[in-house]
Amino acid sequence: MTAIRNLLSRWLPAYAFVYIVFLYLPVVFLPIFSVNTSASPKFPLAGLTLQWYRDLPNTPALIDATRNSLMVGVSAALLSTILGICAARAITRYRFPGRRAINGLIMAPLVLPEIILAVSMLLVMLQLGLSLSLVTVVLGHVLVCIPYSLSVLTSGFEGFDRSLEEASADLGETAFGTFRRVTLPMVAPAIISSLLVSFTISLDEFIMAFFLTGTEPTLPIYIWGQLRFASKLPGVLALGTLLLVGSFLLLTIAEVLRRRAARRTQNTGGAFA
Amino acid sequence: MTAAAEGSPPLSLRRHRRNPLLQSEAAQGFALISPTFLYALVLLVVPILVVVAHSFWTQNYLTIDRTFTLENYRIALTEPIYRDLLVRSLWISLLVSFFTVVLAYPIAFYISFHGGRHKGLWLFLITIPFWTSYLLRVMSWKVILGYNGVLNSGLMGLGLISEPSTALLYNTSAVVITLTHAWAAFAILPIFVSLEKIDRSLIEAATDLGDGPLRRFLRITLPLSVPGIVSAILIVMIPTVGDFVTPKLVGGKDGVMIANAIQAQFGKGANWPLGAALSVTTMAVVTAMAAATVLIIRSAARMAR
Repeated sequence: MTAIRNLLSRWLPAYAFVYIVFLYLPVVFLPIFSVNTSASPKFPLAGLTLQWYRDLPNTPALIDATRNSLMVGVSAALLSTILGICAARAITRYRFPGRRAINGLIMAPLVLPEIILAVSMLLVMLQLGLSLSLVTVVLGHVLVCIPYSLSVLTSGFEGFDRSLEEASADLGETAFGTFRRVTLPMVAPAIISSLLVSFTISLDEFIMAFFLTGTEPTLPIYIWGQLRFASKLPGVLALGTLLLVGSFLLLTIAEVLRRRAARRTQNTGGAFA
Repeated sequence: MTAAAEGSPPLSLRRHRRNPLLQSEAAQGFALISPTFLYALVLLVVPILVVVAHSFWTQNYLTIDRTFTLENYRIALTEPIYRDLLVRSLWISLLVSFFTVVLAYPIAFYISFHGGRHKGLWLFLITIPFWTSYLLRVMSWKVILGYNGVLNSGLMGLGLISEPSTALLYNTSAVVITLTHAWAAFAILPIFVSLEKIDRSLIEAATDLGDGPLRRFLRITLPLSVPGIVSAILIVMIPTVGDFVTPKLVGGKDGVMIANAIQAQFGKGANWPLGAALSVTTMAVVTAMAAATVLIIRSAARMAR
């Protein structure tokens, strides 16, 4: 028995370490090969250069794609967070028939193959005669982002003590006043965290954008186009490194805010609980 | 008497008010969730119904012939190319969900039982890689597994192989490795949550009653974490079937999956009804496979207890 315990206590941390290495393995090669002088990614590095980073601002197609992605990301984040707030508030605050079924439907895109969501939306758009544009991409992204927004917001709203709202109502605040002065300050961190998470998802989303985009590419569509050319790889890697740093910063902020929200509402569950 | 008499009017009044209040609570809740509900209805349910409808129609050059037919399903199920792609996709997604869950379980276990104060940090550390561009992660695996890739040059540097191996990239195992990596966090999080929910006093009780670590794990921890394993499998298995990027970048000829065929029908192939029938078939079959897997795991857990 002690043998097994020793085995566990010794091997489990080692396994955890190896696993983390496996998780980070593909990620660390992006920055490493992005400063390589040679275009072919292999060791040993041919030499160090920042050339690929300097080329990025001089690529008009990339600038356009970045602007498209930022517009799509901001719109998708705002829309999915607003829709997420409605749903999370309804689910945590009210009891009504069909609550679980509706919740299941809203969360469904999380467990459906994205290609099927994408082609079915594409069919509807084309049937309705809508031309594909960044708007259709936003509509698709919102569908994919809502489940994440809803999880983050539900965990932010859940531990929230309803008696505070009741007290505010008893003291004569209107429903809107209570929401603005009591509820909102308590849930603001969860809302910001939902905005950041859905923005990050939209920024990286490829499959929906692939089917629903018109003539204006988003960043992942631009990257997909570049991947066909071996000589373009270092530029893509440099871009990927910048995106990695950006996502990391946004998500660190989101995580810090989520924790603060959890502490404030005395809720220890994670975002996916 | 007087006190009771005085007490009763407001009580009955409250009871009188209560029913409309309850109704209005339901109505308020429903009103509040309706924008999100309608969004999902219009952009998820309706489109899927449209796909199902298309699967019974026929492509007639640029127009769609709307007479009911099962021809698309006959092609989707009997045409060797689609049958093989479907079987291979199911096999890949079964392998991917198996490896993802088996590899993720010890990590979730370690964080939940030995994470101490740093549980949040561990979870954050695990989710970070998944927020990097998905395309670039797949690309990175291509760099690692390629002919002149990192793994080959590393193995040659160590003198383990004399020539670069071509067995690493452009096959089914490259797809499985890439996808197992891509879905790791989605398996760790639900398993972790279910492990966190286990009442630790149950494990103490088992220890007190003389169960060793292995028995304790097999009879208490593992069966109680089944809900987490089940949601991990659902969250990994079903979306995996719909991936066409990984097979395209690292799969080569042997790694092509059904989603590549679906994509082709909605792109160059331009046969929407066939693409729709392939989509519906894939959904139905993978849902059945996921349901069967979940049933097997649940009954295994019941037997273990």
